[in-house]
Amino acid sequence: MYVAVKGGEKAIENAHNWLSEIRRGDVNVPNLEIDQIKEQLTLSVERVMSEGSLYDTDLAALAIKQSRGDLIEAIFLIRAYRTTLPRFGTSPPIKTEDMVCMRRISATYKDIPGKQKLGPTFDYTHRLLDFSLLAEGNIPKAEKRKVLKEKIPHVLRFLNKEGLIQKEKNNNYQPKDITRNPLEFPANRSERLQSLSRADEGFLLALAYSTQRGYARNHAFVGELRIGYVKVKYNIPELDIEIDIAEIIVTECESVNQFQGSKKTPAQFTRGYGLTFGQLERKAVSMALVDRALRWKEIGEEFVGAPAQDEEFVLSHCDNIQATGFLEHLKLPHYVDFQSELELVRRIRKEYEKNK
Amino acid sequence: MRKTNNVIKIKDFKVDKGLPFDQEYNFAYLDENTKKMIRRAIIKALCIPGYQVPFASREMPMPYGWGTGGVQVTASCLTKRDTLKIIDQGADDTTNAVSIRNFFKKTSNIKTTEITEKATLIQTRHRIPETPLKKKQIFVYQVPIPEPLAFLEPKVSETIKMHSLSEYGAMHVKLYEDISKNGHIETAYAYPVKTNDRYIMDPSPIPKFDNPKMNNSPAIQLFGAGREQRIYAIPPYTKVKSLDFEDYPFDPFKAEHACDICGSKNTYLDEIIVDDAGNKSFICSDTDFCNKRKNK
Repeated sequence: MYVAVKGGEKAIENAHNWLSEIRRGDVNVPNLEIDQIKEQLTLSVERVMSEGSLYDTDLAALAIKQSRGDLIEAIFLIRAYRTTLPRFGTSPPIKTEDMVCMRRISATYKDIPGKQKLGPTFDYTHRLLDFSLLAEGNIPKAEKRKVLKEKIPHVLRFLNKEGLIQKEKNNNYQPKDITRNPLEFPANRSERLQSLSRADEGFLLALAYSTQRGYARNHAFVGELRIGYVKVKYNIPELDIEIDIAEIIVTECESVNQFQGSKKTPAQFTRGYGLTFGQLERKAVSMALVDRALRWKEIGEEFVGAPAQDEEFVLSHCDNIQATGFLEHLKLPHYVDFQSELELVRRIRKEYEKNK
Repeated sequence: MRKTNNVIKIKDFKVDKGLPFDQEYNFAYLDENTKKMIRRAIIKALCIPGYQVPFASREMPMPYGWGTGGVQVTASCLTKRDTLKIIDQGADDTTNAVSIRNFFKKTSNIKTTEITEKATLIQTRHRIPETPLKKKQIFVYQVPIPEPLAFLEPKVSETIKMHSLSEYGAMHVKLYEDISKNGHIETAYAYPVKTNDRYIMDPSPIPKFDNPKMNNSPAIQLFGAGREQRIYAIPPYTKVKSLDFEDYPFDPFKAEHACDICGSKNTYLDEIIVDDAGNKSFICSDTDFCNKRKNK
């Protein structure tokens, strides 16, 4: 007689051991060190920190190593670790106007106070495989330049002065932490931006792309993209002094979009906003475009039914940890449900045959 | 450069104190503030049977969709005196049941059992045991999609309104259309119920064979949906009715066989293909019930 499959426990243990072995690969090849990942796979590390919502390069590098380079798995490890950390308090908003920029460009003005700074970018590189990296060839020395500490004003400030761009009002709203409060709809912009900032890069990219192709078309200019170091401050309540607790790299993008105006408002520009940990340009620009598309109601635009305009659709599906978990749960046993469907289909077919 | 190497700290702690790794975490993994938040949601859910209470679901060390909601509810209800049983597809030894049981063993050092009567808290995926639940037992369901109306209206902002106005016409129309097309309601699992004559509720993807067990049960039934951030509940001795029509009454069918191991004729069966010719065997999905019967 058939005996149902048993021994799940042993099988799981064996599978995990195999995983560890295959993660390490050929033992004759030197073990990958965390510092190597941290220093040489910086953009992976930064994506994991951004979507994991935890700024810690060591832990992100460890997660990448542990996950065999599967970044969504690494993000998951970071998220699961993050939830166990105690909350001491909230830091005041970072000041991106005080950023020490390593890259700062504007696509709307040729010349601007603070200048265009290209910084370390893939833009304008020819995408040719560099075979000298196989042999670890010579690295060309970048021209040494003092890091400019002067403040670089935001580009959109100049449009603001002229009243040509929609003014952002400070509504003194105390943002709700979306990791400590359930997301409910309609969400406000603060919760929306929090969600988008930790959203899956690929998902945001596709949505932003869809707006470019005419699904809620709204031609965007990159008003400004800046990448650099900002200080995170914290106010110690017992002492009532503000101290710097960290310096982090962030990418900020402000998009400028045309708006034709309505009966209430004259034609003016509007903006979308993107902010991420690390140097994640693709994601910051995508985020700005999606943010802008989601603002249709507030701006008085028409809802054309495009996915990027639909807040509930975007926010409910942008988190790759939720998405991957639910997708991958399909691999779990569903014997019981499948059996009930089998039984139903058989019954319906039997009746169909009878009535034929 | 900032130094926050938490990993090293954990290792040091382990060496210094000689503690097993898992005591680094609070009892049953979640911190007490999180448990308090979840318990509040559970109490609210028990006060409004079948109503979906939003809660700030945490990221757990297992994936969303693999029982994170159930695990959070269990973690919040668990005390050191509890005896825990975990089942998936009715069985104690399916991979995810094993994994969740080990998680609680590690993080709470709790007593576990496979025997339904001995458990004070049972977490389940897709089944209700054949052995009737008792007073003082807590029964926790893992829920993938808590919204029974989701397949008619995907927007939660809309379904919330439909529930508050008891606007359930669309659901009845759907069931009616099923019957007019095929002579059957085409739902074999996650068959919608009405709880306490008020809220239409998703019973989680249990086969509809199990639906009647929810009605008037002496146990506390809690439902946790982690990804969707919802908790709902059925308090003990509450009316739970599967949706149907007078002329098409609810029919909790199962495979028309007896169990090939224990011979039971009125339990839910798994269908197993035993050879290349496609020959089938039927066995109880509730492994604990089947073992007990077989050994009698």
